[in-house]
Amino acid sequence: METSSSIPKPAPLLQIAGVKKQYGSVPVLRGVDLNVRRGQVVTILGPSGSGKTTLLRCVNFLEVYDGGSVQIDGQEVGYRDVVQKKFRSERDLARIRAETGMVFQMFNLFPHLTAAENVMLGLTKVRGKSKGEARDLASHWLGRVGLGDKLDRLPSQLSGGQQQRVGIARAVAMGPKILLLDEITSALDPELVGEVLDVVLDLADEGMTMLVVTHEIAFAREVSSEIVFMADGVIDTQGPPEDLFEGARGSERFRAFLSRFETHHRRR
Amino acid sequence: MLSAILYAIPFLGAGLAVTLLVSLLTVSLSLVIGGLMGVALVYGPAPLRWVIRGFSDVVRGIPILVLIFFVYYGLPVAGLNLQPFSAAVLALTVFKCAQVIENVRGAIGSIPRGQMDAGKAIGLTFPARLVYVIAPQAVRRFLPPWINGVTDAVKGSALVSLLGVTDLMHSIQQVIGRTYEALPLYVLGAVFYFVINYTLSMLSRRLELRYSYIRD
Repeated sequence: METSSSIPKPAPLLQIAGVKKQYGSVPVLRGVDLNVRRGQVVTILGPSGSGKTTLLRCVNFLEVYDGGSVQIDGQEVGYRDVVQKKFRSERDLARIRAETGMVFQMFNLFPHLTAAENVMLGLTKVRGKSKGEARDLASHWLGRVGLGDKLDRLPSQLSGGQQQRVGIARAVAMGPKILLLDEITSALDPELVGEVLDVVLDLADEGMTMLVVTHEIAFAREVSSEIVFMADGVIDTQGPPEDLFEGARGSERFRAFLSRFETHHRRR
Repeated sequence: MLSAILYAIPFLGAGLAVTLLVSLLTVSLSLVIGGLMGVALVYGPAPLRWVIRGFSDVVRGIPILVLIFFVYYGLPVAGLNLQPFSAAVLALTVFKCAQVIENVRGAIGSIPRGQMDAGKAIGLTFPARLVYVIAPQAVRRFLPPWINGVTDAVKGSALVSLLGVTDLMHSIQQVIGRTYEALPLYVLGAVFYFVINYTLSMLSRRLELRYSYIRD
């Protein structure tokens, strides 16, 4: 018989350990440790320049980290040999990147492809699915984000909110282990923010593992199982939203950060 | 005057064929070679980039006439003896290559960085990103300035007459030598060149319109 305490906790899906990154002589990440378990939604908050987007981009190696380790499901992301700093081959890296999905602040849809083709590209060229299968999947996921009638529109024919929902469909259709959301509503008109965040809330309800960078405090509070507050390239405060928001815990700096949002809202 | 023109037409026709052949060779060779060099200038390793950058800057800084004389009169000193036709095509190709390199660099450079990021994020390898993400967008940006540059190649090809290649320009001069009808023949020659280049310009304008909606 085993007691519950001796049952080993499953290893986190995403393990970030001691990650460092410099731009020239300017340190952006100064040793970040962060774990995300399956089904968790972890949200990174922080002032601009705190390194949160850089950290997110290290997870799928869009940014090269100079030190530390990033592992998804026990596999180092960008390095074949993290100690000797040997990069993975392009093919290897692409394979690992396909395990993560990313949604971008500026959408980054492929402008020459229709909504459906945007979703299909990875399915056919990376997942090796037939055109027909890919089209069915694209139609399914675009339907899920409320764009079932916009399959053959080009991005330039869609609103910002619609484009970003295509961006989400493109990422999710690949069946990623973890979804990375990089300030996905920052470039949207305020009235379009809700439709995008609703899609994310749905995904969270279904157990999608997510690492989120956002400035939408209310949304972060609602969707997150864990909040991480970054400042000056390190994690300053971390905890469940109940503790940090209702319990008013966290560093002085974090409280000051939150109060700036509150006073801002009061003024409006 | 009319009889001079009628007399001239078959000669100019033959010259026109040579002009079109020189232009076609120049344009297609430079498209392939310059295209590859342009891609290498954007994505290649640093030493290769320096070489291509240097090549492009030097060539673009030299008048095309100097380039033609250099290839025809200069290279034999280095042991490379070329027929006037080959020398002309080589010089024009080198000249046009430099333009194509810059056209390619500009076309790729104007694609937002996020496009590469998005391609990486869905797990496309570098060649796949190039083929499915970058190339289709780059081609749309590349075509209009490139076709405008093709007219330069057609016009520049008139300089090959200085090496004695019987192109449109040279055949005009030959007929003038026989008939002394300089004005009508130069006008006729100008009309020939204009028709070729105006056709190209119209094509470029149509392409620009066709792709304008895709610009983000």
